[in-house]
Amino acid sequence: MSADAAVERYNFAERMCHWSAAATYLYCMFSGLALYSPYLFWMAAVMGGAPQARYWHPWSGLGFVIVALWMHRMWSRAMKLTATDRKWMKEIKAYATNEDEKLPPVGRFNAGQKQFYWVMYYGAGLLLLTGIVMWFPEAIPFRWRLVRSIAVVIHECAALATIGGLIVHVYMGLFVVPGSLHAIVRGTVSRNWAMTHHRNWYRRLAGEPVSEE
Amino acid sequence: MSNGPLQIKAVSGQAGTPPGQGASRDYDVCKLIDVTTCIGCKACEVACVEWNGYPFRETVFDNTYQTMPDLAWNYYNLIRFNEHTTPEGEFQWLFRKDGCLHCADPGCLRACPAEGAIVQYSNGIVDFQQEYCIGCQYCVTGCPFNIPKFNPETKKVHKCTLCSDRVGAGLEPACIKACPTGCLHFGSKDDMLDLAEKRAAQLREHTSHKNAGVYNPAGVGGTHVMYVLHDIENPEAYGGLPKDPRIPLLVKIWKGPLKWLGNLAMTAGIVGVAVHYLRFGPKKTEGGEDK
Repeated sequence: MSADAAVERYNFAERMCHWSAAATYLYCMFSGLALYSPYLFWMAAVMGGAPQARYWHPWSGLGFVIVALWMHRMWSRAMKLTATDRKWMKEIKAYATNEDEKLPPVGRFNAGQKQFYWVMYYGAGLLLLTGIVMWFPEAIPFRWRLVRSIAVVIHECAALATIGGLIVHVYMGLFVVPGSLHAIVRGTVSRNWAMTHHRNWYRRLAGEPVSEE
Repeated sequence: MSNGPLQIKAVSGQAGTPPGQGASRDYDVCKLIDVTTCIGCKACEVACVEWNGYPFRETVFDNTYQTMPDLAWNYYNLIRFNEHTTPEGEFQWLFRKDGCLHCADPGCLRACPAEGAIVQYSNGIVDFQQEYCIGCQYCVTGCPFNIPKFNPETKKVHKCTLCSDRVGAGLEPACIKACPTGCLHFGSKDDMLDLAEKRAAQLREHTSHKNAGVYNPAGVGGTHVMYVLHDIENPEAYGGLPKDPRIPLLVKIWKGPLKWLGNLAMTAGIVGVAVHYLRFGPKKTEGGEDK
């Protein structure tokens, strides 16, 4: 295989899944941030106005949870954290300072990607449970009203955790790793890209021996 | 309702004293409900729905006088009927007019995220502005009294306005006008507090209600709707009136530190990745990128 031959990294279903998750998550994020802080209330205007934002936020959230389950069916095995990942995490500083040669070779996803995945996956679960309470607060009897305020606080903490992950995720994808946006939009990467960033994944794909994982 | 009727201090060409001189200049308003003289006639309920133009709701019958089970988005004002036996074995039939208490520190207003949807006037009235309401029901979570009610059709929340439209025009709330026993009073907060304390003292001195007192809970900064109760030690007996109502602590955390900590963290995150890019830039693909 020549150096510039395209390697398929994400098939059509995976890309559909990723962008469905992105669309539903981003609607929830912007409409949620509008209700989160008066300084961000203007975001509601972009989401169709505040009453619309409030109406669609839970539906979009429900959509995100369904997409997350779909993604889990496809990727949960690839997202399992391994011993190599722990080694990689110890050297995360080298990754952050672009000294990737110090890091052990990476499989399909690196440990950072995996952690982001699990933050979003468990975050979605928490947001769903607490979100249902916030959707119908009057359905919670008044004597259990503590549940209402606990739900709100957990919902916001979980949302903030996922937003933290998202900031890094978007930054990495758009700016730090050139070629990754193309990979998740059109599905392919170059051989060099695969060898640089996900060596073990590429080797296994090409039928070459894999050192360790 | 933002301006009360202007009160005249001096009038040109007037022979006598200006009209209204010497009257109370206190601007804040208060409703006092003396439950000891309430007869449970529900005239206030009727006056409320009539003034606000809502249709009368269907009644239910469950072998009690509580034919309206609860407050509703179009039912701001409800007499709660409670049969109560005191520790001394005395039977009491308690009536309490339930509705918004117009807290000085309103939990609904603190919780509300929509600009302008809940306002507190300087006269103490806490009013929902449905045109700005987004239907999130955070007020339901913020209220320590279980008052705001959601209309699922219009996706707006409603509660007692203390007839802000009437009060703004110098009139008393509709419920006050309808009360046949005079158990409802309306005036300035100071006047009502004075009246309430006198009535409670009268009950303590001249009746068997030695625990009579005024319900004006400090946990929410006092309220602009107060009660005189036979037994101030046991407000729960009057259909779940909380003894020490407070805005839920978690609501205060949610609307306080969680806001600025979260905003700070998100800003730090965005600034952080921007600075990281300036310092380290993108990763290089070994062997060159081949687009």
